[in-house]
Amino acid sequence: METPGRLAWRRFKRNRLAVVGLVLVAALLGSALLAPWVAPRDPAKQSLIEKRARPGAKFVLGADEFGRDILSRVIYGTRVALLVGTLSVVIALAIGVALGSVAGFTGGWTDTLIMRATEVLLAFPYLLLAIAVVSALGPGVLNTTIAVGIWGAPTVVRLVRGSVLALRESEYVGAARALGASGPGLVARHVLPNLLPTVIVYATLFMANAILVEAALSFLGLGVQPPTASWGLMVSTGRDLLLVAPHVATIPGVAIMVAVLGFNLLGDGLRDALDPRLRGDGR
Amino acid sequence: MLTFIVRRLLLAVPVLLGVVFVVMLTVDLLPGDAVSLMLGEHSTPQAVAALRDYLGLDKPLATRYVQYVGRLLTGDLGRSIQQNRPVTAELAEAWPATLELTLAALVLATVFGVTAGVVSAVWPSSLFDAVARLGSLFGLSLPVFWTGLVLIVIFAWWLPWLPVGGTGSLAHLVLPAVALALPSTAMVARMTRSSVLEVLREDYVRTARAKGVRERWVVAKHALRNAAIPVLTLLGLQAGQLMGGAVLTETVFAWPGLGRLMVKAIFARDYVLLQGAVLVFSLAFVLINLLVDLSYGALDPRVSKQG
Repeated sequence: METPGRLAWRRFKRNRLAVVGLVLVAALLGSALLAPWVAPRDPAKQSLIEKRARPGAKFVLGADEFGRDILSRVIYGTRVALLVGTLSVVIALAIGVALGSVAGFTGGWTDTLIMRATEVLLAFPYLLLAIAVVSALGPGVLNTTIAVGIWGAPTVVRLVRGSVLALRESEYVGAARALGASGPGLVARHVLPNLLPTVIVYATLFMANAILVEAALSFLGLGVQPPTASWGLMVSTGRDLLLVAPHVATIPGVAIMVAVLGFNLLGDGLRDALDPRLRGDGR
Repeated sequence: MLTFIVRRLLLAVPVLLGVVFVVMLTVDLLPGDAVSLMLGEHSTPQAVAALRDYLGLDKPLATRYVQYVGRLLTGDLGRSIQQNRPVTAELAEAWPATLELTLAALVLATVFGVTAGVVSAVWPSSLFDAVARLGSLFGLSLPVFWTGLVLIVIFAWWLPWLPVGGTGSLAHLVLPAVALALPSTAMVARMTRSSVLEVLREDYVRTARAKGVRERWVVAKHALRNAAIPVLTLLGLQAGQLMGGAVLTETVFAWPGLGRLMVKAIFARDYVLLQGAVLVFSLAFVLINLLVDLSYGALDPRVSKQG
């Protein structure tokens, strides 16, 4: 008899693109954790005589406008991307699970209020809610994370509320209630385990979007501030040298694309493996 | 059908009121004294007092909200702090450029995305399908601001075919529209492929084939029409994606639209102008999705009957 987890793993392994995604994400994690050992140089060390150096023996991917090693900065940039991504996923999930289960269990006007608020947040086009939040809170890593997390929360609220509503009517939850189980206990024991596959898939695909939004905010100058090595910021500063030294702006962008692609592939693969019913390509 | 339209319109009203509320809140969230922040460090106390009075910041939130909505209904979004001109005038100057850019991108995404998706679904596992699927995976992972820069390097610098930025001719539109459209094209292609594939597995398609309807007709008549609804929903959502992306592409290509105006407003701490721009974007997004909702009725008679 195979456990569901093992079955999912077997399905996952058969999917070559999913495995590529897993490898990419593992590589990102590795370079984030091992940055000081993997990076060939100090990402902050400037060398003004070697500024804008082309890729070569000394600087594998070239040097930026201050003569800093681009490869090392790209490697350190993984930390910012993954940190902002992971924390914003946590924020989105925390808000989403709390409000979604309150809405689902309580019903009535609380439910109406929460769902209307969710609809309002969903009415903001992509990126604009995050821009509005960051422009109010001020730029920086923490505020960027909060902005991205708030942007991701409404979808989680909907997911959690939907499954709470479905479970509320199920017999075993009714039985648990009759035995005196409380709301939060029910959420933890029955709702979340059932939602786990969906949440894992959403969180993985959301990571891809969170990395894109962080990069976009930093590119606009609203996100991570210099001298921190952030991919979006690197593209933005390289933009001024675009026609003189195109590698300064374009190489960090490749890192963004690879990271986003990795999480997208992994998310797609997880969806197909964990919940074949969820096939289809809506985000 | 009429009740359906009226109901949907009424449902949009609280959402719009909420959007206005959130937009208004952003100024409230500003740390410290919002007004002296907006005017900068060299502002006179009189100017600060005047602006605070104008913004009504001494009044409670609810009062200000009612006032704001009241002014909004008369088409007054306030005066921008930097230029001291009506915000509506500044927005009116900028929005045609954004409309042009996002519409061009939406058309590109729809034409290329739907075509690629349908071809992929009709010949699954063909070479075209493999290339299109891999291409769309890359496409939806592209940061639009970066794609814009890469396109500039290739098509405006190495091969000096197209202008680097600015507006004025159709040639100016090509690069920003393509950069903006790529991720959406990828999404549309994926969605079209999977929904056409799904429809092609339906019983009524088998029936149509069994009774000898030609394959081209099966795809055109049954598959496309039924696959249209999810694709249309996605297009509505992509419109939001494109508007957000426009903020980035307009910055990259010096395109004089709402997005660039908005970024300028942020750096000038012109929150009145920023509020106006965010509001216009959100209103447009809500209205587009309302239109998408309404068009379901036309595509699928079952929808309007359910109400």
